[in-house]
Amino acid sequence: MKKFLNISIGFLIIAFAFTSCNNGESSKSNSALSTNAAEKVYIAPGEHDSHYAFISGGYSGNLTVYGLPSGRMFKEIPVFSQFPTNGYGYSEETKAMLETSYGFIPWDDSHHPDISQTNGKLDGRWIFINGNNTPRIARISLTTFETEEIIEVPNSAGNHSSSFITENTEYVVAGTRFSVPIPQKDMPIKDYKGNFKGALSFISVDPEHGHMDIKFQVLMPGFNYDLSHPGRGKSHGWFFFTTYNTEEANTLLEVNASQNDKDFIAAINWKKIEEYVNNGGGTMMPANYAHNVYNETTHTATSTIKKEVRVVNPAEIPGAVYLLPTPKSPHGCDVDPTGEYIVGNGKLSANLTVHSFTKMLKAIENKRFDGDAYGIPILKFEDVLAGSVEQPGLGPLHTEFDGKGNAYTTFFISSEVVKWKLGTWEVIDRKPTYYSVGHLTIPGGNSREPFGKYMFAMNKITKDRYLPVGPEMEHSAQLYDISGDKMELLLDFPTHGEPHYAAAIPAEIIKNNSKKIYKLSENEHPNKATSDADTKVIRNGKDVHIYMTMIRSHFSPDNIEGIKVGDKVFFHITNLEQDFDVPHGFAMIGANNAELLISPGQTRTLIWEPKQVGVWPFYCTDFCSALHQEMQGYVRVSPATSTLPLSWSLGE
Amino acid sequence: MKKAGIIMIIGSLLLLGLFKFPLWNIMLGAPQYPDPLGMNIYIEGIKGVQEFDLQNIDGLNHYIGMKTIPKAEEMWEFSLFPKVIIGMVILGVIIGLLGYFEKVSYKYFLGWFLLMSVLGVLGMYDFNNWLIDYGSNLDPHAIIKVTNSDGTPMSYKPPLLGFQKLLNFDVTSLPHTGGYLMFLGMLLTLVAFWLGRKVSLKQLNNTPNKALN
Repeated sequence: MKKFLNISIGFLIIAFAFTSCNNGESSKSNSALSTNAAEKVYIAPGEHDSHYAFISGGYSGNLTVYGLPSGRMFKEIPVFSQFPTNGYGYSEETKAMLETSYGFIPWDDSHHPDISQTNGKLDGRWIFINGNNTPRIARISLTTFETEEIIEVPNSAGNHSSSFITENTEYVVAGTRFSVPIPQKDMPIKDYKGNFKGALSFISVDPEHGHMDIKFQVLMPGFNYDLSHPGRGKSHGWFFFTTYNTEEANTLLEVNASQNDKDFIAAINWKKIEEYVNNGGGTMMPANYAHNVYNETTHTATSTIKKEVRVVNPAEIPGAVYLLPTPKSPHGCDVDPTGEYIVGNGKLSANLTVHSFTKMLKAIENKRFDGDAYGIPILKFEDVLAGSVEQPGLGPLHTEFDGKGNAYTTFFISSEVVKWKLGTWEVIDRKPTYYSVGHLTIPGGNSREPFGKYMFAMNKITKDRYLPVGPEMEHSAQLYDISGDKMELLLDFPTHGEPHYAAAIPAEIIKNNSKKIYKLSENEHPNKATSDADTKVIRNGKDVHIYMTMIRSHFSPDNIEGIKVGDKVFFHITNLEQDFDVPHGFAMIGANNAELLISPGQTRTLIWEPKQVGVWPFYCTDFCSALHQEMQGYVRVSPATSTLPLSWSLGE
Repeated sequence: MKKAGIIMIIGSLLLLGLFKFPLWNIMLGAPQYPDPLGMNIYIEGIKGVQEFDLQNIDGLNHYIGMKTIPKAEEMWEFSLFPKVIIGMVILGVIIGLLGYFEKVSYKYFLGWFLLMSVLGVLGMYDFNNWLIDYGSNLDPHAIIKVTNSDGTPMSYKPPLLGFQKLLNFDVTSLPHTGGYLMFLGMLLTLVAFWLGRKVSLKQLNNTPNKALN
């Protein structure tokens, strides 16, 4: 405890020193605000933004879509969480998306979105995002902006160094934050050291339809794996992961995991492991994990449980994994567009450490090792160091690149973004953020070709930036123009949940592929009704299936009788519209789940279990036409003993 | 007459464009339809400009009690028009050929043009009648009933040609590619007539000289 206090006091002094020396700088840069910032973010009514930004919702479990430079929110895409707005996770078709080996889990902590790439460039086909708490990776279509697939990651816990993808979308990685016993077992926690392991999962992505499959897991020493980035260009074929807690402590980590002067960046030659695995290397171990796939023609998700996973022991594959010493609990692990520099931001380090990929290869070639960790060679710090940025700020977290030889690093403690030059390591500019910035994003940031016009910072604390709304505020993002030598703060905008990290892309790459309707003629839902002639009500014991259609401005049928207390009523509803942006809603009084929002051409099913005798209304929730209010119907519920036959009608 | 005959043939053949391209186009734009809905009128039937335009126009029209847009088999016009056009093309080509070989007078070219014009006017008259029926023969149970200032029910007849505002819709009705090709073809038959006439007048003037020789 005494040690802890000493560290805290030391930390405060450092923090004070840094903030006081930064004050002069920040007040100077504030004056830059007197420019034409408003003009630069103004998107006239009816005009479109130039970029999409996909900002993770953190503990909302969602992904939100924003426009840049306006900061307007366009959509919230449910991924790992139930979403009453459209019934995702409540409707029968989408419940399977949230199945896991632990059962139905309707929430997660979504962290790092990453857009698919071809030849190192953003191709805008899919966006991937990790669920942190119950380890999962989701793939979202960028034509429908809907979650199409979720794969659970076994042997993993706190899926944090994830979901980053290689430059041809060969793999999306899911690195564990917490090391755990593999396989899980009942054992003393104090025996962590040497017994726990960290699984780094390489999930292959089918180039055609994007389907995911865990190709292999690398079982690493029991460190915490914090963040990762793929190599690119010359370092394509490698993946880099920052570690902390190389001490392998299991309690009071804020102290006990901050003892080593240097932790590691783990460099993984995935091509080498892939070759090893393709030649039969590694072992299949029993596992239990869900793979959920949404089918766009049946409009239905299915969940299957997989029973094994291939694991590899890195010590058995010479040349596959190396450890690069990196000062003081590195957090961000960012690779520049050329693939040469690997930036490891030591959270507790005063300097920014940058490793050289070329030097790393050379050190490996010369076998300049400094011992090993569980059979994995450790390289010498001096041999792999490209350079360091001296005292740039306090609490460095994440770095992105503008494609013009500059890097931008966030500093959590000193609340600022610092621009520095790759190669010379000189600080060029710094701008304050409000407040406590985490990640930052430059469109195309995780690719060989960043689009270096905008950068936005995602802040953890909002305080006085907006009108107060009680003790809890939405987080704040801040948009900067980085086209000039100096950064210019353009805009503050609130985000939803925790804007943990984001991916952004020029609008032209995806906007013309966006789907406007689902074609009714392609609807293969087993319970669809594609015309009024297909509508019907069928009893099967206590289950009653209602096959219903909806179009402006009526349901067919709209009067249903013969339902009894104790029945389980399945509303299978098809939206017959074939017009862009005309979904209809369905809400049933007393339904114990949510409403449905059904897109044009789509079929959705909601279960309702009537508990009271009476005549109960249902209605459309999405204001669809001048006669939206008339879009309604009734279900008559009779006593359980009733012999009233089923009947249904429209217009009688 | 050779040149005039060729132009007559080309002019007649241009009518064949009506089998590939729409004769007419009606576009309906509204605030909530920034990409306007549209129908292309072919001689063989009506199609939506976009795949689901007809369905969406019908969906909107049911509020004001309009009938659905007719399918090809629901209107005799769509089986007759192609026959008339083919007939006129064949007739035009025959006249052109006969003109080329100087078997018929250039006046037949004008005759074809006048016949085509009469048929065209009849077609337009029929089309306009259909528009009137479509726009004013409304379902008495229509949800929305709008009356003119004199108390008569509003007609939703789209304009035959040009622009008109119908409630929240901006309706534009104009010829389309097939129509323009037809007009060009008819114009060419007039050119053929004019050329034929010029040539034959020249021949007429030259005749006395020939006699002198």
